[in-house]
This record gives sequence, structure tokens and C-alpha cells, in this order.
Amino acid sequence: MMNKLLLGRFIPGHSLVHRLDPRSKLLLSFYYIGIIFLANNWQTYLVLFLFTILAVRLSEIKMSFFIRGVRPLIWLILFTVLLQVFFTRGGTTYWSWGPIVLSQFGIVNGIYIFMRFVLIIFMSTLLTLTTPPLSLADAIEAILKPLRVVHFPVYEVALMLSIALRFVPTLMDETEKIMNAQRARGVDFGEGNLFQQMRAVVPLLIPLFVSSFNRAEDLATAMEARGYQGGEGRSKYRVLVWHAIDSWSVVGFAILTVILIWLRA
Amino acid sequence: MTDVTKIIEVEHLNFRYPQTEGRPALNDVNLTIEQGEWVAIIGHNGSGKSTLAKSLDGLLPLTPDSGTIRVAGITLSEDNVWNIRRQIGMVFQNPDNQFVGATVEDDVAFGLENIGLPREEMLTRVHAALKRVRMLEFADREPARLSGGQKQRVAIAGIIALQPQIIILDESTSMLDPTGRIEVLETVRELKEQANLTVISITHDIDEAANANRIIILDDGEIKESGTPAEIFQYGERLIELGLDVPYAERLKAALRRQNLVVPQQYLTEEGLVDWLWTLHSKM
Repeated sequence: MMNKLLLGRFIPGHSLVHRLDPRSKLLLSFYYIGIIFLANNWQTYLVLFLFTILAVRLSEIKMSFFIRGVRPLIWLILFTVLLQVFFTRGGTTYWSWGPIVLSQFGIVNGIYIFMRFVLIIFMSTLLTLTTPPLSLADAIEAILKPLRVVHFPVYEVALMLSIALRFVPTLMDETEKIMNAQRARGVDFGEGNLFQQMRAVVPLLIPLFVSSFNRAEDLATAMEARGYQGGEGRSKYRVLVWHAIDSWSVVGFAILTVILIWLRA
Repeated sequence: MTDVTKIIEVEHLNFRYPQTEGRPALNDVNLTIEQGEWVAIIGHNGSGKSTLAKSLDGLLPLTPDSGTIRVAGITLSEDNVWNIRRQIGMVFQNPDNQFVGATVEDDVAFGLENIGLPREEMLTRVHAALKRVRMLEFADREPARLSGGQKQRVAIAGIIALQPQIIILDESTSMLDPTGRIEVLETVRELKEQANLTVISITHDIDEAANANRIIILDDGEIKESGTPAEIFQYGERLIELGLDVPYAERLKAALRRQNLVVPQQYLTEEGLVDWLWTLHSKM
């Protein structure tokens, strides 16, 4: 269950979006969140909407996966939208009650905010669905590289990230094992009130912590035995290659930006 | 003059874990291992087996009065510990806790990245190493999708990619099922023949030790016995006192001896014992 939450999001494939360099995907996703704020009328939102749909289609992943991405955030979205709808004044006022108003501008703003949320979620879901976590870690390393100038330990952080990702399934298995062992001793997981449930987690967490520290020590010894002396002087086996499609997607985003600036009110 | 065929020389090695009272973990250990030899080190838990293995690889905080360790003619010191580690590859007990890379090929490449090898060279070495341990078709697999034996073979690939002279198996097969155990030992045996490697295997499993050229018994941090498997297994029941799992054939012999049967003194494999038993009353 937890496994799905963390890692199962990636859907293997060979689509255009899958083949993009993780660096360009990560940077363009952030860029997209930035330019979404350029949109301020229905034309610009329509352009963004069409662009996002195009990107989703290019990934060859079913729309339902993206809609599922919106679901966990639906309450946050609705709350923000309702705030916008009921507290924005302007245009024709349809209804009012004390400080709460239902105005033309409010409704339009609510729709825009809703669109903005959905588009951002679709695009970030696209990133995580088409990029393996490990490639994302590589991309983060590549993007952080300039920080080496200020002595930020980029290699170490990248290795930490990749070891953390590599141990997620191992620790999941372990958690499962400990849960079963504790169930056999009579611990009830997921029953009783909140306090009782929290107490039930203690006999799970303590063995998990102890074994994680033992693992960490073993791993450190193994790494040292294999000659690990810190990030300096290491070469890299895994390399990221910038292809023509990466350049083309940058061009695509540039055109999108121009259109947005041109169409915005 | 250092004798080139003596790949490991240990003289008066003493070690005590910091903050421990009582017995030292290693007490005046003297040991010489020839190039191309397969040496099994056996002994019960806490006998100092793993401590000895780790000290050879410079993984313990040794002090100058701890004695001397020479590996391939280099005396172990803080300055050349990394040179020595390049000569020794270690396979540890827990397959999961030594898998650093996110995939099989990344893990094999880890050691190569550490020595800063150019990428082209890494690609060929990773490919060759995986081929030699027959894990090539698993190159892009994540460790979660491998069996224990496969993970240990990946660990071995990571070692031979670095082309060391010595492989230390630190109870590498103890967490594996019988199939995995055979897989790993077969792989090591093959590699040893191909590259004239020296193998030190630390084990509880006497069947694994039976295949060595020489067995060393450690007890309370001291070398108690050293000899060929045939010589060592003659001790029979005394091996149990030393905390070892005596092979089935030897246990059976001891039981027969208690029934006042005259049994051969030398070590017999299970098959050998079967042969001896069924010819016992045969007059042909």
C-alpha cells in the first residue's frame, strides 16, 4: 500500500515524454508552474489547457491516472476556490450575506484558481508518472551541481538520495515482517481509538529503527571496503544525455510563453 | 625480501574492541596465506573470525602495537589502507546491506566509480563482470527483485570488476538457502580458477569448509588448529565443542563408534561413508 504511494507512481513506457531527459522534465515542470501565473483570461487558460492535454497525450498514459492525482488534494482545492468565490467583489453581485458575496468576478476567479490547481497537478503528475525516481535523483544532482561553488556536498546528497530510494522496498519488507511478528504476539494495528493506534506503532518503530541502524553500519562498512572515500575523485557510471527532443521541448515551452504573454489581458 | 607467493602475512595480531572488558577479540594471531590458496576460517560466534577478516581489510581501528599485516607485500598502515582495499574484495553476510546501487549495474559500478575510472572502461568492466557471474540479463534489475544468492553474485561481480587478488567471504552464504549457497560457492570457485585468486572464506558451514585447501580453527581470538579438511575433520566430536556444525557423515561415524563399531579414522564425505557402510559386511 505504502509502496504504491511512494514509488508505484512511475509507469514504465517509451513515449516521447518518457524519453525526455529528467533534467529537462524537472526544470520545465517548475517553469510551467511559473508561467501558469501569466494566465489571467479565458484565452490564456484555454491555451494552457490545450498544451497540458497535448503533453498528457504525448505520454501515452491514461487520463484516469491524472484525475486520480487530483483526488487527494480536492479538499484543499475546493477550500481555496470557495474562499475566492465568496470573498471577491466586483462586477455584478448576485447574492450577499454579511461579508460573504457571490459576485461575477468571484465566480470567474474561482474557475481560474480551479484551473490553475488542476493544470499544476496534471503537469507534476506527468513528471512523476514518466520519470523513474532514480532519474529524478540524478536530475536533482545535476541541477544542484552549481552549488558546489559554495561547498554544498552535491555528490553526497545525491548518493544519500539514491541509497534512500534503494532502501525503500527493503524497509517496506522489513516493516511487514515486524508487523506480522508483533501481530503474532498480540499487537493490534489499526484498531481502537487514535491513542491506541499510536501506541501500537511503538513496537513497530523501535525494532525498525534498531535494524535500520544496524543496516546503516553494515552498509557503511561495505562501502568502505569497496573503496568509498567521499564524493571527490569519483567518476559517474550513470550519465544523463541531452537529446534533440529535449531542445525541442524547451522551444515548445518558449513558444507557449510567447503566446501567453501575447494573449493575456 | 618479501616472498611474492605469500599474499597475506599476519604477525602477532592483537585486537580489542574499544570499550570492551575481558578477552581481546584477537590474541597473538600469526597466519600466512599463499597466493591461490582457498583458506576456510571456522569457529563459533564471537571467536574472532569476522574481526580477523575485517582487520585484513583495514576496517578496524588498529593501533601500531596491534601487530603487522602484510597484504601482497604492502604493510597495512593508515597511508596505504586504500591500496590494500584494492587488493581485497569482501563479500559480507547480509545480501541487502551491501547493495549500494539502485540497480544491479549501478551496484557493480560503485567500486569502479570510487577509484574514478573513466566511464568507457566502467561500461566494459561492468559488462564483463556481470557476464562472469551470469547476472548479465539482470543488469537493470532493482535489488528488491533479486534472490539472496543473486544479490551475493552481484556483490561478487562488483568485486571482480575491481580485479583484486584476494576475495574474503565473510559468512557470505549463511543467509542463503541451499540453492543460493551452491550458486555463490560455484561462482567463487570458477573465478578462483580463472584468475588465480586467493580465497578466504569465513564460515559456520563445514561443507563449505570441506572444499578449502586449508582450514583454520579460531577460538576465543586464537588459532586453535590449522590443517587440511581431512586432518581437521578427524577431530570429530571435538569440533562441536568449538561450536561448529559437524558434517552429517562425521556425526554418523561418532554415533556408530558409540555402538562399538570400528569406523575409519579419516574424513569421509557422505557418499564415501555410504560406500564404506554398504561394503562393510560384504565379503566380495
